[in-house]
Amino acid sequence: MINETVVELSRLQFALTALYHFLFVPLALGLSIIMAIMESCYVMSGKVIYKDMTKFWGKLFGINFAMGVATGITLEFQFGTNWSYYSHYVGDIFGVPLAIEGLMAFFLEATFVGLFFFGWDRLSKIQHLISTWLIALGSSLSALWILIANSWMVNPVGAEFNIETMRMELTSFPALIFNPVAQVKFIHTLSAGYVTGAIFVLSISSYYLLKKRDIPFARRSFAIASSFGLASILSVIVLGDESGYIDGEVQKVKIAAIEAEWETQKPPASFTLFAIPDQEQKTNHFSVQIPWILGIIARRSFSEPVIGFDQLIPQHKERIRKGIKAYELLKKIREGDNSERTLEAFRKVEPDLGYGMLLSRYTKNITDATEEDIAFAAERSIPHVAPVFWTFRIMVACGFLMLIIFIAAFIQSARHRSTASRGLLRICLWALPLPWIASECGWITAEYGRQPWTISEILPTYMSASSVSVNKVIGSLSALIAFYTALAIVEVYLMLKFIRQGPSTLGTGRYHFEAPASKASS
Amino acid sequence: MEYETLKFIWWALIGVLFIGFALTDGFDMGVGILLRFIGKTNMDRRIMINTIGPHWESNQTWFICASAALFAAWPLVYAVSYAGLFPVFILILCALIVRVPAFIYRSKVDNPRWRNAWDWGLTLGSLIPTAIFGVIVGNLFLGLPFELNNFLRSTYHGSFFSLFKPFPLLCGLLSVAMLVMHGGAWLQMKTTGMLLMRAQSATKLAATTVIVLFLLAGIWLWSSIDGMHIVEIKPIGGVLTPLMKSVAYGNSGWQKNFEMYPILWGVPMLALLSALTTLLFSRTTNPFVFIPSSLCVMCIILTSGVALFPFVFPSSYDPNFSLTLWDATSSKLTLGLMFFVAAILIPIVMLYTIFAYRTMFGRITRETIEQNSHSSY
Repeated sequence: MINETVVELSRLQFALTALYHFLFVPLALGLSIIMAIMESCYVMSGKVIYKDMTKFWGKLFGINFAMGVATGITLEFQFGTNWSYYSHYVGDIFGVPLAIEGLMAFFLEATFVGLFFFGWDRLSKIQHLISTWLIALGSSLSALWILIANSWMVNPVGAEFNIETMRMELTSFPALIFNPVAQVKFIHTLSAGYVTGAIFVLSISSYYLLKKRDIPFARRSFAIASSFGLASILSVIVLGDESGYIDGEVQKVKIAAIEAEWETQKPPASFTLFAIPDQEQKTNHFSVQIPWILGIIARRSFSEPVIGFDQLIPQHKERIRKGIKAYELLKKIREGDNSERTLEAFRKVEPDLGYGMLLSRYTKNITDATEEDIAFAAERSIPHVAPVFWTFRIMVACGFLMLIIFIAAFIQSARHRSTASRGLLRICLWALPLPWIASECGWITAEYGRQPWTISEILPTYMSASSVSVNKVIGSLSALIAFYTALAIVEVYLMLKFIRQGPSTLGTGRYHFEAPASKASS
Repeated sequence: MEYETLKFIWWALIGVLFIGFALTDGFDMGVGILLRFIGKTNMDRRIMINTIGPHWESNQTWFICASAALFAAWPLVYAVSYAGLFPVFILILCALIVRVPAFIYRSKVDNPRWRNAWDWGLTLGSLIPTAIFGVIVGNLFLGLPFELNNFLRSTYHGSFFSLFKPFPLLCGLLSVAMLVMHGGAWLQMKTTGMLLMRAQSATKLAATTVIVLFLLAGIWLWSSIDGMHIVEIKPIGGVLTPLMKSVAYGNSGWQKNFEMYPILWGVPMLALLSALTTLLFSRTTNPFVFIPSSLCVMCIILTSGVALFPFVFPSSYDPNFSLTLWDATSSKLTLGLMFFVAAILIPIVMLYTIFAYRTMFGRITRETIEQNSHSSY
C-alpha cells in the first residue's frame, strides 16, 4: 500500500524544495519592509536619493520575488501529489489557512508588485508608497497564515477525528488562529525575515563603502539596515526564547531532542552547550553543561523537570499499545459495526489512534503487531537527536553573531562613522550568509524535530504519503532538482550582475559607472 | 446555512476561482503562446510581454487560490486528483516555474541568445499548462481510473500516457485555441500598428478554431461518450463520503442536466455566440473584443461544469467511487467559515485588481518601452 522508498524520497523532496523556497522568503519579507521604509523617507523628505534606493533594492527584490513565487507553487502542489493521504486526512483544517493565505496575502503581494514596478509614472507619490507598504503587508500576512498552518501540525488544536469521514475536522477556528505556537512562531519567523533583509542591505552597502563607490547611497542604506536590523534581531532572540518556553509546554519530544536530554535531570535542568549525542547508547559524549539554564528557558521554573527520553519512550510505548486497540476498533466500525459499545470503546482510546498508526511502518497489519514491533516503534517515536541538537545550536550562534554585528554597525552609523572602520565593513560584508544559515537550521530543528509525525501525535509521516510508484517520485525529484539548479545559477548570476553594478543599473546618470554625458539624456 | 446549500455554494465558488484563473491567467497564457508567432522583432515581443507585465503575477494567483480552495473545500478531490495525475501536475509545475523567470529575467541581459531562450520558456511554459488543463477536463468526461479503500486512501491505476486519448486531446486543442483567442483579444486592446493587425488575424483564426472544435466536442460527446449519473445516495444534506452511493453509466453524452433544465442549453449557445462575436469584432480595431472573448472562455468552462454536475472527479475504475460535490467536501463548519472568508475577501481582491488594471490602462507602444527601458521587462 505505502512504499517505504516513496515516503523517504517524498520527504527528501519536501525538505529540499521547502529549504530552497525559504532561501527567498525571508529576503522578500525583509526587503519589502526596507523598501517601504526607504520610500517613506523619499515621500517625507523629497530627496531623490531615497527614491533611487527604493528602486535599486526593489530591483534585487524583484529578482528574488520571482524565485519565491515560482518555488512556492511547488510546495502547495506537493501536498496533493506526494502527501495525498495527509491532504485528505487534515485538509478540512490545514486547507483553511492555506486558502486564506492565497486570498488575503498572495493577491495583495502579486497585484501591488506589478504596480510597484510599472506604476512609478502612473501613480501619485502617495499611491505608490501605499502600494509598496501593501507588498510588505502582503508578505507578512502570507507568513502569518502559513505559520498558522505549520503550527497546527506541531500543536493540532481545535480539531477532532470524525469516524464517518475518516479524517480530522475543524471544531474551532479561533483555536486554530490563536494557537500559542503560531503566535510566537509568526513573530519569530517574521523578525528573522527582517533580519535577513537587513543583513542583505548591510552587507551589500558595506561592499560599496569598501569599494568607495556611491558613498551617500550606500551610507544611507547602511544606516537604515543597521537600525532596522538591530530591532529585528532583538525580536528574533526574545521570541526564540518565548518559543522555547511554549515548546517546553507542548513539544516535549522536540525539546528533549534539542537538548539531547536522554535522562530526565533533577530540576532545574542544565543546558548542554556542546555534546556529541549517541542515539544507540542513549547518551552524550564530551558534553559541556551550564547548570540551571534549560529549566529556566523551557519551564520558566526551578522546580518543574524537563522530561527526558528515559520517560518519554516508555510513555509512547504505552500509547502505542492503546493505539493498536483504537485502530482495531476503528477498523471494526469502518466495516459496519456501529454498535454503541464499540463506538464507546473507540472514543476511550481515540487520542492514541495516531500512535497505533506508527506501527504501519514496521508491520503489515497493525493489529498483529508483536511485542518486538511495539518496542521498535517506541524507540523510533523520537527523531534522530544529533541533527536537531546541532542545527539548533548553529541557529542560536548565528543569531548572537548577528546581534553583535548589528550593535557595532548601529553605533558606528549613529556616530556618522559607518565608513571609518574597514574591519567592521568587511565583517558586515562576510556576514551575508548568516541569516540564511540560521533560518535553514531553524527549520530543520522545527520540522525534523517533529518526526516521526506530520501532525504531532495524530498522523505519522509514513501514513501521510501518497500511494504512488517509486518511479514517479524519482521522476519528479530529478526534474525539480534539475530545474532548481538551473534557476539557482541564473538567479545568482543576475543578482551578482546587478549588485556589482549597483545603483548605476537604474540609468539615472547619477551613479558611479555612468558616464557624465548620460546625465544630460536622462 | 444548510450543509446542502453550502456544498452547492462551494461548487459555484470553486467555479468562480477557476473561471477567474482562466479569464486572467488565460490571456497571458495566450499572449505567451503567441509570443514567437506574432512577435517578429525583439521590440514586438517586449511590447507583448509588457502588456501583461504588471498583471501576470496576480493572474497566476487565481490558480494558486483555486488549488488552495480545492484543498480546503474539497480535500478528497485535491488528494485524489493531484496524486493520481502526479506526473501531469509536475509537468504543469515545471512549466509555471519557467514562466516566472522568463518574464522577469528576459530583458535583464542584453543578449539575443539569452532572450531567445527565455522566449521559448514563455511559449512552452504557456502552451503546456493550457493544453494539459484541457486534457484533464476532457478526461473528466471519460472518468479516471482510481479507487478508494475503506480508509479513503486512493490508488490510481492509470499511466501518464493513458491520459492522452483522442477526446481529451481534442479538449486540449480547444483549450489552446480558446486561450490564444483570449490572448489575441487582449493584444487587440493593448497594442498598436502591425502588432495589432497580427493580433487580429490570430484572434480570427483562433475563434474559428474554437467554434469548430467546440461543436466537434459536442458531437463527439453526444455520439459516443457515455456519462454517469447517481442511482442512489443518502440525503445530500448529510455527512457523506464517496463510499456511500451507487453510480451507473447511462447518461448519454452527459446530457441529462441539459434535458432536465433546457435553459442550460443557453450556456453552450452563448459560448458559440460569443466566439462568433469575437471573430466579427476582430475584423476592425475594436477594443471591446475582449468582452465577448471573456464571455466565451467563461461559458466554455461553465458548459463542462454544468454537464458534469454533480460530479467533479468521476472514477472509471468503479463509478461508485466518483467524487461529487455532495460527498467529497469539507465539514459544514469549514465550508461555512470559508464561505464567509471568501465572501469578504474575493470582492476586495476584485476591487484592487480592477484598480491595478485601470492604473495600467492604455496601449503599449514602442515609445513606452524606450522611455522605460530600465524598468520594463
